[in-house]
Amino acid sequence: MKLRSSTLAFVALGLAAAGFAATFVDAAWQRERDAIQIAERSALAARLGLTDLALFTEARYTRHPSQADLHSAFQDHPVALEHFPTGSLLPPPASLVSHHERLDRKAAPPD
Amino acid sequence: MNAWIEKQRHLIDFTLASLARRKAKNLGLLLVYALLVFVLASVALYTHALRQEAAQVLKQSPEIVLQRMVAGRHDLIPPGYLEKIGRIRGVQSIEGRLWGYYYDPVVKANYTFMAPAAEAVKPGTLVVGPAVARSRGLAPGNTISFRAYSGKLFSFTVVGVLPHASELVSADLVLMGEADFRAFFEYPAGQHTDIALSVANPLEVRTVAAKLASALPDSRPILREEVLRTYASVFDWREGIVLALLSAAIFAFAILAWEKASGLSAEEKREIGILKAIGWETGDVIKMKLWEGGLISLTAFLAGFVAAYLQVFRFGAPLFEPVLKGWAVLYPRFELVPAIDGLQVATLFFFTVFPYMAAVLVPIWRAAITDPDSAMRS
Repeated sequence: MKLRSSTLAFVALGLAAAGFAATFVDAAWQRERDAIQIAERSALAARLGLTDLALFTEARYTRHPSQADLHSAFQDHPVALEHFPTGSLLPPPASLVSHHERLDRKAAPPD
Repeated sequence: MNAWIEKQRHLIDFTLASLARRKAKNLGLLLVYALLVFVLASVALYTHALRQEAAQVLKQSPEIVLQRMVAGRHDLIPPGYLEKIGRIRGVQSIEGRLWGYYYDPVVKANYTFMAPAAEAVKPGTLVVGPAVARSRGLAPGNTISFRAYSGKLFSFTVVGVLPHASELVSADLVLMGEADFRAFFEYPAGQHTDIALSVANPLEVRTVAAKLASALPDSRPILREEVLRTYASVFDWREGIVLALLSAAIFAFAILAWEKASGLSAEEKREIGILKAIGWETGDVIKMKLWEGGLISLTAFLAGFVAAYLQVFRFGAPLFEPVLKGWAVLYPRFELVPAIDGLQVATLFFFTVFPYMAAVLVPIWRAAITDPDSAMRS
């Protein structure tokens, strides 16, 4: 007997929905399985008083972003190249780049 | 009821046959649609899991960390600060912390050296983090030498490696005794890197921080909630960067989907005209097209989401890992614990499935209410 295409569509959608539901079950199962490891991690962080994740170790403001001083992007000197990409994506505030009025045009050239 | 179901099934049969007539075009659309959901879901799942991981691990971090600032820079805490803080009401415990950074030219990486108060490390010995042990090939019993910033060479015996499970927070740690730490960095006696405080009443943390700031004007209190917020924003920012880079692709898909869904081809218009001429009602035509939009968008959403989940949590997210996790010489090896945010999934569903359904509906309704004769002629 040839199956109707609507039946096939429902079977395919049912399988996809089952896969979708399975992701939630799998996530819960993995969390349950890793619960001891998660607790161990938290316990070590609590015992040693750790404040940051050891993800980026190359500079102190990336190793401990939460402990970095408030000027860390320009820490080496005020006009140092910025280490963060923010500067390339966002323009500086207008108040910082606005110039004083130019006076040279008003001054009469000396005879 | 049975008649209604049977009618819907016939409509679906007809819709699928109609889709099959333009197989390549519709399969292409389904593939691109699923790919878009896959990309968006991968980014959302990955960053949410990282945020959860950070929040989970750091929820036990010190309630307040007090730094001393000199000319905008972090400076050592001089003797006497601990006593001053001890007199502030609400402070439950105070601990002067000793930690610092050491650049190891052998592997060209930075380590975090620490003299923990909670763990007694014997003089001349070290406990190292898993990434340090891996990069330097260390095991308990090995000896390792570091040249201090003063130029002196110090040798230590490794007595332990921190567990792999804790690598996310301990990858680059080197734990040593207080005397060794002070000798290695030539730390002046009685001075500390910063101070960790705990507060008796969690509701008073902000008040205590304000008291600290007024009692010690050169200090900067960092609250645990600020630490957690920093990590939430770091990963939000990374998620935002990826989404900004992907925005061109998202717009391209939006145009494609809108074009496909809203602009009816002459063939489709004629099809609608014929259907109406042979007795289909406007409602039936709209239902048929709704089924078409629903089947395509739902299949794309489910397939894209499941593929994203497998990519992120079963195959280690090879596609987005470098952008979302970051990069470092000493990188912790860790597997993300899956965390799915229901609201995030619902938002993704809403913004990927509903616009497509809406885009399908409007032109069909317009075509379906026109006269069959003129629809067929056009």
